[in-house]
Amino acid sequence: MGAKLDLSLPTFAVLGLFLCALIGLPVLWLGYFSLTDRAGAWTLANFVTIFSDADYLRPLATTLGVAVASGTGATIVAAPVSWLIARSDMPFRRTSRALIMASFVTPPFLGAIAWEILAAPNSGALNALWRSLTGASADERLLNIYSAPGLAFVIGCYTFSYVFVLVANALDRMPAELEDSSSILGASAFRTLWRITVPLALPAILAGSLVAFLQAMTLFGSPAILAMPAGFHTMTTKIWSLFQYPPKLGLAAAAALPLLGLTVLLLWTQARLLGRRSYAVVGGRHGEPRRVPLGRVGRWSAFGAVMAVLSLPVFLPYGALFKAAFTRIPSAPLTWDALTLHHFRFVFFEFSKTMPAIGNTLLFGLATATAGTLLAFVIAYLAARKAIVGHRVLGFLATAPIAIPGIVLGVGLFLSYSRPPLLLYGTAWILLIAYLTIELPAAYQQMQSSLKSLHPDLEDASRLLGANRLRTLRDIVAPLMASGLAAAWCLIFIGVMRELSAAIMLVTSSTKVISVVIYDLNESGDLGAISVLGLGMLFATFAIVGLVSRLRRGGEARMRYG
Amino acid sequence: MIARTEWVLGALLGLGLALSASAQPRPERVTPALIDAAKKEGRVVFYSSADIIVGEKVAKAFEAAYPGVKVQVERNGSERLFQKFQQEVSARLAIADVISTSDAAHFVIWKRDGLLASYLPEEAAQQIPLEFRDKDATFLPWRLSLSVMGYNTKLVKPDEAPKSLVDLLDPKWSGKIVKAHPSYSGTILTATFQISRELGWDYYEKLAKQKVMQVQSATEPPKKLSIGERAIMAEGNEYVVLLTKAQGNPVEVIYAKEGSPTIVSPSAVVKNAPRPNAARLFQSYLMSREAQQMLVDDMFMRSFHRGVKMPAGMPSLSDVKAMREDAEAVVDQVEAIKERYRRHFGT
Repeated sequence: MGAKLDLSLPTFAVLGLFLCALIGLPVLWLGYFSLTDRAGAWTLANFVTIFSDADYLRPLATTLGVAVASGTGATIVAAPVSWLIARSDMPFRRTSRALIMASFVTPPFLGAIAWEILAAPNSGALNALWRSLTGASADERLLNIYSAPGLAFVIGCYTFSYVFVLVANALDRMPAELEDSSSILGASAFRTLWRITVPLALPAILAGSLVAFLQAMTLFGSPAILAMPAGFHTMTTKIWSLFQYPPKLGLAAAAALPLLGLTVLLLWTQARLLGRRSYAVVGGRHGEPRRVPLGRVGRWSAFGAVMAVLSLPVFLPYGALFKAAFTRIPSAPLTWDALTLHHFRFVFFEFSKTMPAIGNTLLFGLATATAGTLLAFVIAYLAARKAIVGHRVLGFLATAPIAIPGIVLGVGLFLSYSRPPLLLYGTAWILLIAYLTIELPAAYQQMQSSLKSLHPDLEDASRLLGANRLRTLRDIVAPLMASGLAAAWCLIFIGVMRELSAAIMLVTSSTKVISVVIYDLNESGDLGAISVLGLGMLFATFAIVGLVSRLRRGGEARMRYG
Repeated sequence: MIARTEWVLGALLGLGLALSASAQPRPERVTPALIDAAKKEGRVVFYSSADIIVGEKVAKAFEAAYPGVKVQVERNGSERLFQKFQQEVSARLAIADVISTSDAAHFVIWKRDGLLASYLPEEAAQQIPLEFRDKDATFLPWRLSLSVMGYNTKLVKPDEAPKSLVDLLDPKWSGKIVKAHPSYSGTILTATFQISRELGWDYYEKLAKQKVMQVQSATEPPKKLSIGERAIMAEGNEYVVLLTKAQGNPVEVIYAKEGSPTIVSPSAVVKNAPRPNAARLFQSYLMSREAQQMLVDDMFMRSFHRGVKMPAGMPSLSDVKAMREDAEAVVDQVEAIKERYRRHFGT
């Protein structure tokens, strides 16, 4: 197909405009609403209220406290776990990695509901166990999940995986030579770890804790489930409550902007810090990093410790969900009599929302993952090869949504697309736009890192032989990057499955997704049905992600041997 | 059942006392033409705040009565449904066909804003006493329930259970009480209005100091009781406690000495319903004896329909001192009630 006309430039221009609209529109509307009163006159009153009224300052302080606590906690636990899995000879390292992926796939709101079953002050299974072991009275409790520390803990359980991925990747890629020289020069293993490995991994640890902090700050589901029963708000639940009747759009927009500002500030700080530390990754090919032997006892105690950590986001909550799915009363002792398939029958045969929600969720997952991967791929390519003027802006735009909390984006998108001429609210498009915007940064970063490992020689050859950029992209670059593309696809797909905060603002009855259905069921306390739906959703996600990674491996094999 | 206690209800509900009989819209019959038209539309979207089990059962029964018309139930707490519906109206979206919440004030607001269609099914005209109906039939009383207290029978002995709302202020119940939230539940908003009218806000100010667990929908506190998360329920749906009890859970209703708030859940055909015929057919069905009897027999609700027989064992409204409902008065106070509540309870 020898296209004479090079469509590259128009394609890229359209792409740029599309991105600008995608991200710029909601932010502009938020800004406009935050600066106007109900009559549409300019005012700063909304911001004055947000920053002077204790009703808003308190949630802001709570949010920061919870985010700092959970981010720090997740980092303190995840960093040593990453080292054990990436750099020691601990047994079952692959299994451990897979289990951490399982915690990554688990939606935080589902984890929060599972932890309600485990650690609600009175009915929580762990509290009941503790009482029966210690003989404590029915009034005493070990854990109370409906509290700020409880909230920080549950959030930390599900941000832990972000820190792990970043730190473990850094450790995997760390040049072995530096550590080797240290040992040859006579340093003890501990000293090498402390003076060489930790400083080299520090940027990744820092980046990980930042991601964990940002996630904690912008989550909606977990605080909605755990903070409201205890009678306190975080910023996201406060914004949500401002949307209840009578809606206060101006205040909601104004309350959203501090979150946005803080996120931008933190990302900027991170870029500065990492920029200065980039010397850590100089150099070309390195030797495979050596694993540190822990000794027989050490290996197995390390394994025990990692499993103990993983019991918090995976074993215990999944156990709780399983139990709730198969029993009538989730906190009652597990006996044969207590088993029932009632909740399965309800979810799959009686509850009319189940099937449409599954269909919608899968559709959104597949569509967003496919469109998002393509978009991220093209943008990353243009930015990496500096192919057009303004490639930097494209890259920035693709990363920018990371600074927009889901609930804020939901508000912004509703404001943007619920009035003429852009009436998308009520259609599937607004959700597709929301998902695409939210998931773009992660996919873009994934693409960027895969592109870095690809030398431009092959592309140059293709272009010399007369192919235009689009064709080069399709025939040369894409096949070489199959593995990275598949990873980005999975990342987006998982993200869509987990997403609640923007979806809850934007769904209507025909576009309901499973996460929102679960949230609605939680509103009326139907734990059994929630567990069945949640587990179903997890298995579907595992199955699809597993399938895609299998295809990817098949694809790579063909590339190598075919 | 109504005939006997009609005068009690009449006194309870300020709903339609000032109506003039001449303004009644013409009662309409379920004609084969209506059924055919509904079948062509194929489905009806029902926004409902009733417990999910109630919604799904009513949907199944309707689908059995009128094969070919599917019911899509959207369940949320009343206040969330209200917010969602308003959000859709503001974006000029027509999705809901029939809507029912447990905050009768919503219907006064929607009627004022011209969002509801007037429709009087023949059976409602004949069987639902005039004084309980909106005079223009823009909405009709679908069901009545109470907001009640309750307790977990494994955690509290019957003779030790609180008997009145003020009993809840005893320090021994601190940290043991669950209730739902007026920003999410219409039942609780209505109950908050009635209780604060009867007992004063003073009561809530003291209750807030009892470390009360607050959930969202009024359908949830009975479930928190049943799993033993809290021993006492301050406010929640009577019918959900009874449903939960019927499933074999250790829960029991307490009708407070001071009386129990009366919660009427009207239902209405939406003016811009995308499926107007199915909407009318469904509204007619909701008011039919068959559907009303099912609510009463299987779901422990109370009915306004003259032909419905109350099951034995259900106490009458006069026995439990049902409080007077006053939807018109709630309309002007919604924001004030939520604000006052938030000041005491923190959210």
